Amino acid sequence: MKRFVIGLLVTDEAGALTRISGMFARRSFNIESLTVGVTEKPGVSRMTIVMMGDDSARDQIIRQLSKIHSVREIKEMHPESSVNRELIIIKVKTTSETRSEIIDAVTVFRNSIIDYHKDALSIEVTGDGNKLNAFIDLMADYGILEICRTGLISVDRGTTTLKDSGYIPEH
Amino acid sequence: MKLTGARILIETLIEQGTDVIFGYPGGAVLNIYDELYLNSDRIKHIITAHEQGAAHAADGYARASGKVGVVLATSGPGATNLVTGIANAYLDSVPMVAITGNVASSMFGKDSFQEVDIMGVTLPITKHNYVVRDVNELADTVREAFKIAKSGRPGPVLVDIPKDVQLGLAEYEPAEIVKPYESVKASESDIQKAVEMINESSRPFIICGGGAVISGAENEVALLAEKTDAYIGCSMMGLSAVSADHPRNLGMIGMHGRYSASRALKECDLMITLGARFSDRATGDKAKFSEGKRILHIDIDTAEINKNITVDFGIQSDLKYALSKIIPLIEEKKHVEWSESVARFKAYEAEHKPPFIEKELNPYKILDMISDRLDPDMPVATDVGQHQLWTSQRYRVRKPRRFLTSGGLGTMGFGMGAAIGACVATGQRTVLITGDGSFGMNLNETMTMVSQGLPVTVVIMNNTVLGNVRQWQTMFYGKRYSSTTLGRAVDFAALADAFGAKGLRANDEKSFAAALDEALSTDGPVIIDAKINMDERVLPMIPPGQSFEQLKLD
Repeated sequence: MKRFVIGLLVTDEAGALTRISGMFARRSFNIESLTVGVTEKPGVSRMTIVMMGDDSARDQIIRQLSKIHSVREIKEMHPESSVNRELIIIKVKTTSETRSEIIDAVTVFRNSIIDYHKDALSIEVTGDGNKLNAFIDLMADYGILEICRTGLISVDRGTTTLKDSGYIPEH
Repeated sequence: MKLTGARILIETLIEQGTDVIFGYPGGAVLNIYDELYLNSDRIKHIITAHEQGAAHAADGYARASGKVGVVLATSGPGATNLVTGIANAYLDSVPMVAITGNVASSMFGKDSFQEVDIMGVTLPITKHNYVVRDVNELADTVREAFKIAKSGRPGPVLVDIPKDVQLGLAEYEPAEIVKPYESVKASESDIQKAVEMINESSRPFIICGGGAVISGAENEVALLAEKTDAYIGCSMMGLSAVSADHPRNLGMIGMHGRYSASRALKECDLMITLGARFSDRATGDKAKFSEGKRILHIDIDTAEINKNITVDFGIQSDLKYALSKIIPLIEEKKHVEWSESVARFKAYEAEHKPPFIEKELNPYKILDMISDRLDPDMPVATDVGQHQLWTSQRYRVRKPRRFLTSGGLGTMGFGMGAAIGACVATGQRTVLITGDGSFGMNLNETMTMVSQGLPVTVVIMNNTVLGNVRQWQTMFYGKRYSSTTLGRAVDFAALADAFGAKGLRANDEKSFAAALDEALSTDGPVIIDAKINMDERVLPMIPPGQSFEQLKLD
């Protein structure tokens, strides 16, 4: 099983998200994360889907996505040619003994504390998957109360954009 | 001048070439039906007994004509009754536009009377679907629905129109009939690679699918076979692409395919799959299916390439285009050894006919009598079950779009609506071959055949059991006939009379011939109750998930 990142531009219309997420569920493909948000162009949303599978699953997913009428552009975001970010908010239990250690870790990881309570800190962490997972592992010892993740977003390096995918659906 | 949404819908349907709508009225489509009344000289509406029948009729109309079939239903139960018909069209790539009314948009989400989120329900079984929220967008939405339905790999599109949009006013500007999106065409290098593969083959075998009919590539398939000296096997959906009388056509492949077709498929060195999608019913064991051969696959749907079977080379293209480029470039071949082998397979098949129990009136005799009497232009529809498989094996289909069967979804109850739609589309006498189980599902549509005065002959192969399931129970479930022995006592001929149709009975060759002759010279619908033995089996059979080695001939 490999991890693939797929970027999509989709028409912002009723049911677009359901059409795409429903296709993944219906055809038994595994999604690790799916993010969606507006773009610089009104009426067009951008999705980033992280999926697990082999090469043939990846090919089949791209082919199936290209048939969904709401989908305008599809591009596989390769790790070597793209930059990826994910944001998490992690709420960690604190005591007077652990607080300063946690704050040290936040500084070293260049994260920020966005809520301070005598028994807990809420920490904003931004980065790629490795950094996030390392920080989560570190916090596990102190007691994680909850985690909220946005899922990955991804853009190409340089001047390349998703519109340069060359893979435009037929419709 | 401003028109109401209901009127705009009718104008747009007419503008897009719709001459007939199949449907059923109700509270949420009253305004649309009012416009149908006022415009009845410009567009015909056929009311069926049930919305499912209307959906299958629109499907049958589209299959027989190649045009987009249109079905109309009210909100809630009217809309949900379309679901099987829409799914059926989706699986068999049939262009259809389904129009549903809905409650006013201000009532959405309140569980209002007869409110159903039909867009949500039909998401997985349509190419695309819409809820029209603004009357100003109605005409363009309907046009786009037609465009999507007939583009590329065709399929159903649903347009849900809330009551307030039907009542709202907007400007209407007539437009041309929308053209499909330009279809994808094979590249030069794709063509070159395909030509190389074909030229290198010494035992070529073509699998012809429903895509050949949709693309209009029937002649090209035959030309390819003739020039490269290949034989042809058809998927169930592809049966009408090549005449049953064509000497290179070995008939249907798959679970109940003909022996010679299955054998040639196994022995070939190149499988040229044209507009077919490697359904599990066609392939059986997928590894064995691909073993010892190269596979060239041409399909308009990109997602069919490498979906079910990993192929050596896949080309996304309109089939007619691809073949018209490939054929001039391939070498003219004579594969003497291959032809001799296939001749042996055919001889073996001729010596091993299915062992029917009843010699007097068995399915093949019924089908031969129908084949002998029908003009090739007359559509033949089936339901789903043993009768469908026997018909696929034995009925001599000679013209494209003249064999209508539920291939992908396998919908018992498809046949009555399909026969109505085909009869309306072609104006030809139509024959439905069904079983007592399938007929029982939608026999209410006899009413529609009578009210429309349609010359449809319904041949019920009546074995009093659910024969196909019973056959599996016989072969794989120790003859435990769970819920397949129906114990019904319906007199189908008397039932036909009660509906206002004509009912006839047959229990031997002579009485069937007489009934068929009478039916085929009767103006309106006729139902023939033809008794067959409940233990007749469909053979050959490759058990599910298995391969040619396990093919059962008796």
